[in-house]
Amino acid sequence: MATLTNRAKVLEQKPMSFMERLYLPAILKGMGITLKHMFQKKATIHYPEEKRPFSPVFRGLHVLNRDEEGRENCTACGLCAVACPAEAITMEAAERLPNEEHLYREEKYAAKYEINMLRCIFCGLCEEACPKDAIYLSETFAPSNFTRKGFIYSKDELLIPNPVTNKESFEAAKGQREQQLKNK
Amino acid sequence: MEMLAIDLSLGLEKLLLIGGIISFSLLVAMYTTYGERKIAAWMQDRRGPNRAGPFGLLQPAADGLKLFFKEEIIPLTSNRMLFVLGPALAMITAMLTSAVIPWGPTIEVFGRQVSLQIADVNIGILYIFGVVSMGVYGIMIGGWASNNKFSLMAAVRGASQIISYELAMGLSLIALLMLTGTLSLKSIVAQQMTGGWNIIYQPLGFLIFLICVFAECNRTPFDLPEAENELNFGYHQEYSSMKLGLYLFAEYVNMFISSAVVATLFFGGYDIPFVDEASLAANIGVNATAALGFAALFSKILFFLFLFIWVRWTIPRFRYDQLMDLGWKKLIPLALANMLITAVVVLWLNK
Repeated sequence: MATLTNRAKVLEQKPMSFMERLYLPAILKGMGITLKHMFQKKATIHYPEEKRPFSPVFRGLHVLNRDEEGRENCTACGLCAVACPAEAITMEAAERLPNEEHLYREEKYAAKYEINMLRCIFCGLCEEACPKDAIYLSETFAPSNFTRKGFIYSKDELLIPNPVTNKESFEAAKGQREQQLKNK
Repeated sequence: MEMLAIDLSLGLEKLLLIGGIISFSLLVAMYTTYGERKIAAWMQDRRGPNRAGPFGLLQPAADGLKLFFKEEIIPLTSNRMLFVLGPALAMITAMLTSAVIPWGPTIEVFGRQVSLQIADVNIGILYIFGVVSMGVYGIMIGGWASNNKFSLMAAVRGASQIISYELAMGLSLIALLMLTGTLSLKSIVAQQMTGGWNIIYQPLGFLIFLICVFAECNRTPFDLPEAENELNFGYHQEYSSMKLGLYLFAEYVNMFISSAVVATLFFGGYDIPFVDEASLAANIGVNATAALGFAALFSKILFFLFLFIWVRWTIPRFRYDQLMDLGWKKLIPLALANMLITAVVVLWLNK
C-alpha cells in the first residue's frame, strides 16, 4: 500500500540487546533528564505577587464611559444591543430633563442599561458599534458570583467613576489600554 | 551502690540518646515529605509548596495538623484491634532499626565515654533484617483488618514482594559479611575507616542491596502495595486521619533509616572521606570530630534520601510479573554469583 506521507515508520520488533535488557543505562538516562529539569526555568508565575501583563487588545469587563465633565456618553441608541451576537445587552431610553444637563451629554440617555455577563462572549463588537465612545471593554475580569442574578450587571456597576469628583478611580477604571493603543 | 550509680547514668545516657534519635528521625522524615514535594515539583518544572512560611517550610506542620484534625473513621466491618495495630506496627518497626546504627564515634561528656549508638549488638545486621521484615506486618495487618478487597490485594502484594526481595538482599549482604567478618555495624564502620569503603569492594552487592532497599521501603518503582491507579491506594485505603498519617510517615522514616543503613554498610558510616579521624581528634578534640563525623553521615543519608526521591519521580511502577521476574530471576542469581565470586576471592587472598 502506498503511504500518504513519507514519514511512516516500520515498527521494529527486534529482541532487546544486552545493554537494553540491563535497564540501568536507560534508567540513568531518565534520571539525567529529571535532574536537568530540576534546574530549568519554571513555567509557573507567582500569581498574587506577580501578574501577567495583559495584551493591549485584551477585552475584559465592560465600562460605560463619561466625558471630561463627568457626563454620561451613552444616548441609548441601541446599536450595541443590535451588534451583540450573544444578545447580552438590554436598555431602556429616557429623555433628559432641563435640569439634568450636567448628568447626560445629549438629550436622550439610557435609563436602564444591563449586560448579562453569562451571555457575553467578550467579542468587543459593542465597542466597535458604539458611535458615542460610550462603551468599551476594560482590563479586568468579570469576578465570580454565587447567583446567576449577580452576573447581570446594571448601570451603576458598569458606569465609570466620575472624573470630576473621583479622578483617581476614573483613571484606574480607564486603565492603560487606550494609552498603549495610542503608543503603538 | 557504686554499680547502681553507673547503671543509672548509663540508663539516662541511653534514654537521652533514644529520645534524641527518635525525635531527630521524625523531624528528618517530616522534612523529607517537604523535600519530596519540592523536588518532585522542580523535576516537573513546577515550584512546589511555597505558601506556608518562608519557602513553604511550614508545609509539613500544616500537613500534620490537617491529618490530626481529620475525622477518624474505623469501618464497621473491620477488625477493630488489628485496624489500630496496623499503623502502630508500621511506625514502631520503622523506628526500631535506628537502635543499632552507629550515628557517630564515641564522644566525651563530663569525663564519660558515650557511644553514639543505642545498642552495639554483635548481630547488628541480623537485627536489622529481623526488624525490617517485620515492617511488612504493618501493611499486612492493616490491609487484612480493613476488610476491603483492594486493601487485601495490596497486603498480599506487599508481603510477596518483601519475601522475594529479602532473599536477594540477604545474599548480597552475605558477600559483604565475608569481607568484613563481623555482624556488628560499629566494627564494620571501623574497618571502612582504615580499609576504604565497602562500595569499592562490593559494587554489585551495593547495587543489589540498593534495589532491594527500594523494594523494602515500598518506594517507586516497587510501590505496588499502594498503587493508586490500580488498587485505590491499596492497604491504607480505609484509613483516615492520623492513622493514615502514621502509614505515610512510616514510609519516610523507613527511607531515612534505610539510607542510614546503606551509608553505614557501604559508604563508611560516619567516616569523613580523605581525613584521618585519629589525627583530627588529636587536633580539634574528640567531640568536634564526632560532630563532623555525624555531619558526614548525615550528608550521606541526605544524598540517599535525594536518590529515593529522584528515582521515584523518574521511573514508572513495575508491573507485578515484572517485579517478580526481576526479584527471582535476575537479582537472586546475580546475588548468588556475587556471593560465590566474593567467597572465591576471599579464599584466594587468604591462602
